[in-house]
Amino acid sequence: MSGPFLEATGLRGGYGAADILHGCNLSVEKGRIAVIVGPNGAGKSTAMKAVFGMLPLREGRVMLGGRDITGLTPQARVAAGMGFVPQVRNIFPTMTVEENLEMGGFLRRDDIRPTIEQVYDLFPILGDKRHQAAGELSGGQRQQVAVGRALMTRPQLLMLDEPTAGVSPIVMDELFDRIIEVARTGISILMVEQNARQALEIADTGYVLVQGANRFTDTGAALLADPHVRASFLGG
Amino acid sequence: MDLLNALVALTNFVIVPATAYGAQLALGALGVTLTVAVLRFTNVAHGDTMAFGTMVTILATWGLQSLGISAGPLPTALIALPVGIAVTAWLLLATDRMVYRFYRRNRASSAILLIVSIGVMFVMNGIVRLVIGVDEQRFDDGARFLVSARDFKEMTGLDEGLAIRSSQAITLVTALTVMVALFWFLNRTRSGKSMRAFADNRDLALLSGIDPDRVVRITWVLVAALATIAGTLYGLDKSFKPFTYFQLLLPIFAAAIVGGLGSPVGAIVGGFIIAFSEVGLTYAWKKVLGYTLPAGLAPDGLVQLLGTEYKNAVSFLILVLVLLIKPTGLFRGTST
Repeated sequence: MSGPFLEATGLRGGYGAADILHGCNLSVEKGRIAVIVGPNGAGKSTAMKAVFGMLPLREGRVMLGGRDITGLTPQARVAAGMGFVPQVRNIFPTMTVEENLEMGGFLRRDDIRPTIEQVYDLFPILGDKRHQAAGELSGGQRQQVAVGRALMTRPQLLMLDEPTAGVSPIVMDELFDRIIEVARTGISILMVEQNARQALEIADTGYVLVQGANRFTDTGAALLADPHVRASFLGG
Repeated sequence: MDLLNALVALTNFVIVPATAYGAQLALGALGVTLTVAVLRFTNVAHGDTMAFGTMVTILATWGLQSLGISAGPLPTALIALPVGIAVTAWLLLATDRMVYRFYRRNRASSAILLIVSIGVMFVMNGIVRLVIGVDEQRFDDGARFLVSARDFKEMTGLDEGLAIRSSQAITLVTALTVMVALFWFLNRTRSGKSMRAFADNRDLALLSGIDPDRVVRITWVLVAALATIAGTLYGLDKSFKPFTYFQLLLPIFAAAIVGGLGSPVGAIVGGFIIAFSEVGLTYAWKKVLGYTLPAGLAPDGLVQLLGTEYKNAVSFLILVLVLLIKPTGLFRGTST
């Protein structure tokens, strides 16, 4: 199949009367990492929500693997191959790590054991703590649970809303390493990140969003080298 | 010998009755705590749900008795229990469809739902009084005692007797079975886990493909079963009177809050804490102290800390203390 795996074009919409997104375009190639960066209030998370169907769109289209999914509910998009990790409240805190993963695979009717083992291979610490309540884990481990939960439906596109928010720099590096590993298995990644510089380092494509529209789009490396982007968005 | 007599008296007048009462409160509190955890509101109509379930069970018991069916040494009400549960489940599902669903879809706050449940309480209360009346009903049949005081005295040669009523034994066995079954359901089955997931994080549960309507239905059926069983056991042990069941709301809420609202383990522990406090504080300790203390020190008075008519005050006091000192309860529930 030619063309990007995810292609969202001309997204316009918002929560109320005023639009937040003004013709935003996003696309991710198969097995690649796309990162959305930009200043606060640029509509990064909103763009992500629009792709996932959590924002009413006035205009625009979302294609996944050549199929138009613009009209689908978030739940139907999960079934269609999308996985979403919200920024906050992204785990079941009183349930064990393993139960979190089981709930992630709730829609599946086949045997989910192999997928759980794959998640444990990817995040070995989760295997060690499989019977511990997820809410008792450290911030970085909780994010791993959240990513693992989203992987349980075996998505082809994984969307992460600020996965490194509130974790230490060491944990952040580790999380990014894991995300690269996930991408190597052929899963496309769309990620919103506050830590723009580090995120662009691992990005195949970077989107700089300003006021709900694309300002710069290029490879991660090119954006990092671009003096305009450096001066305006990466702090020099 | 005196020490043994003291122990028997203590068991007979405090431990056995409080354990049975505690199990009944625990089952009631489990129903309240499930509503809080999954449906996110405090269901004031729970006492009257218990009354309704017990009423249906009593009617079914009378029906069975008139057909000449009995459970031998066990109360006939135990066979009638499934009918009571089924009709109560139907009532709760119908109430949800007609009343609660509207507020849930509008994402009403838990305070509004609490007030709505007061309305539901009045309606259920009215139904029960219209159908069976306000009078006291006794519906226990079968063997009265598992161990009678006289048999115990003859067996052991002690001065003090120990009586265990069959209703108390049935309460404990049934409550234990129900609790084991409930925990198995919540921790081991797909439906139970989806309920816990829904209680933990509603948005993420929806995202994971858990059907919210199904979770709500399962919860109401469980609440109906718990309320009917708790009410029937209480009625067998004491008697059935609609007003008493309304009053049970206070100790049941106290139990659920002491344990931590939303925590099933907390509800069970809370039930026993309330029951033992209530029975312990209203029991006249004269006899037990008379056996244990040296002859000169034996008390003249009854050594009853609180008259039995004040037993509701005990739950109320514990409730206030918990809310002041540890609002989330013993097992870290929600503090709303």
